[in-house]
Amino acid sequence: MAFTQENREKALAIVEKYPYTKSAILPLAHLAQDQDGYLSEDAMREIAEIVQVSPAEVQGTCSFYTMFKRKPVGKLLVSVCTNVTCLVLGGPEIHETLSNKYALDEDVTIEEVECLAKCDGAPCFQVNYEFIEKVSPQDAIDVVEEYKSGERVARTVSGTLTDSSLIEGPTLQKGQKGGE
Amino acid sequence: MAVSETRIITRRMNESDDNHNIDTYISLGGYEVAKRALRMNPDDIVESVKTSGLRGRGGGGFPTGMKWSFLPPDLFPRYLVINADEGEPSTFKDHMLIVRDPHQLIEGIICSAYAIKSNKAFIYLRGELALAYDRLSTALEQAKQKGFVGNDIDGSGFDLDIVIHRGAGAYICGEETALIESLEGERGMPRLRPPFPAIAGLYAKPTVVNNVETISTVPHIIDMGGDKYAELGVNKSTGTRIFSVSGHVNKPGNYEVELGITFRQLINDLAGGIRNNGKVKFFIPGGGSSQWLTGSDEHLDCPLDMDEVGTRFGVMLGSGAVMVYDQSTDPILVAWRLAKFYAHESCGKCTPCREGTGWLEKVLYRMSHGQGREIDLDMLLDVGDNISPGLNAPFSQTTICPLGPSSVSCVVSLNKFFRDEVLRRCKSSQSEAEMTGNNEEVNV
Ligand SMILES: Cc1cc2nc3c(=O)[nH]c(=O)nc-3n(C[C@H](O)[C@H](O)[C@H](O)COP(=O)(O)O)c2cc1C
Ligand code: SF4
Ligand code: FES
Repeated sequence: MAFTQENREKALAIVEKYPYTKSAILPLAHLAQDQDGYLSEDAMREIAEIVQVSPAEVQGTCSFYTMFKRKPVGKLLVSVCTNVTCLVLGGPEIHETLSNKYALDEDVTIEEVECLAKCDGAPCFQVNYEFIEKVSPQDAIDVVEEYKSGERVARTVSGTLTDSSLIEGPTLQKGQKGGE
Repeated sequence: MAVSETRIITRRMNESDDNHNIDTYISLGGYEVAKRALRMNPDDIVESVKTSGLRGRGGGGFPTGMKWSFLPPDLFPRYLVINADEGEPSTFKDHMLIVRDPHQLIEGIICSAYAIKSNKAFIYLRGELALAYDRLSTALEQAKQKGFVGNDIDGSGFDLDIVIHRGAGAYICGEETALIESLEGERGMPRLRPPFPAIAGLYAKPTVVNNVETISTVPHIIDMGGDKYAELGVNKSTGTRIFSVSGHVNKPGNYEVELGITFRQLINDLAGGIRNNGKVKFFIPGGGSSQWLTGSDEHLDCPLDMDEVGTRFGVMLGSGAVMVYDQSTDPILVAWRLAKFYAHESCGKCTPCREGTGWLEKVLYRMSHGQGREIDLDMLLDVGDNISPGLNAPFSQTTICPLGPSSVSCVVSLNKFFRDEVLRRCKSSQSEAEMTGNNEEVNV
């Protein structure tokens, strides 16, 4: 889908921040994904036009990065870490449980990801890039259900804030003082 | 006696949970150093950082002041790029520094950019760290409103613009030249050096790339003086560092300590020892790219000295991660997961890395899932030797960047410390397969 008027203006403002327009490809792709829920061919064409390169170049860049989903994904993107700390503390079990539970649910996409830089909260996962830490597989299902029911407010599939109260960080590092 | 933390860059976050709001940050003395720095001679700041002995906290450990002085004196514009792509397995310190003290990083950028005479800085932030992005963006807006970022900062005549750039999920973009490519809107593939970024980096202009922790330390060095900072630490590992301790410890977390304490002190005194009163089977210092150490006294009593760990045991302090595994852990499984990581994250530019990491992953998968064969370990070493000839540390490489050789560390460590266990298990799975006639390979 084409950028809305509002997003088009945002896009042009982003391009202004860089000395060379091509640098704006990544931020613009995030913006498109915020709007559409994935990175469509149309969006890549429009980005190409805005940053003045060929659509092939935009696709060439974007296809390198795992956060850009070139096919539609569920409204909730659940990324479960199974890297070497989560590996031994229950990450793979969470991944398996969620994958089975939501295999046929179009609203929820489960993916396995690399270390999320929150290993003190292992096993951890993200729902639309919001962290959930130290959970059992059953807790993990409960959390996803809370997002589904709207009890928890989700970010966009590119992780952009939709509710400014989230900036206080409901789950992250609250009260934890360094190593405590 | 039990050691305790030495808090310099984590001091404020110990005093308040609200440092991401500029008023709190200022009430705790924030931005005072930046104001002072902007009245100093830039070259004096570079000198002070040199004197401090500060070395990069991103993984390479290169002396920061020296890196800055490689910039050609009369080439402008030049860029300061902050590496906030934290993706090294089990490293989580930069994430914390940004979420809990984003203004400290911004103050560090002001001081550092001024010192190297750069008017434009980029922060390359890992895309997945959404809350960090929100906190940092808000902090930057606040800093602009108060006039700490922008034109003629605090009447000093110095202009600075900072741009936060979100990555999009690629570990390799933490490598500095891949990061630069990514910032330019390209696929994140490392560049061949020379030219080094200091000569021709971002947009082919002189560029300094520094880690979040490195830059967050700079204001403190200016504040206390380079020589005072250099009194902390041990040998050529001066000052404090944040270590991210995770795994089978009772209190996983980030601990800022003076360099020179031992692994045992870090694991026992600070991270609370091993769960269930267990013992260390092995641990990985320095992030997934380092070779491993075991629970032997010799290893546990080795001091956290960036050079000594290398000369004595061929490991590195790298990104400051320490993953600790107790006796219940299967080292082959851990090695497989690391190999899988590197196979997934290889950018594909060099053949030994692109092909080799895939091989390591497949064979280790087989071995860790009960389908190993006796020859497997030696085959892994052979594949590894093609990526990093000699299998030594510090590693040699047949590749453009160190990601390829990093993938070999787990194989070398398996062979060094667990060869008997690995061979025994492979032998029994092989004979079982032969007996049952179940010789099919696992599908990977
Ligand atoms: C594969 C690879 C990944 C890296 N990832 C990071 C990273 O996530 N963060 C970081 O600061 N440095 C990372 N580095 C090191 C950077 O290339 C570079 O040395 C560092 O950012 C320089 O900053 P410093 O001197 O302040 O440490 C990585 C290096 C390699 C080879
Ligand atoms: S070593 Fe691997 S990651 Fe590094 S440039 Fe070569 S292929 Fe890419
Ligand atoms: S290993 Fe899972 S967050 Fe680091």
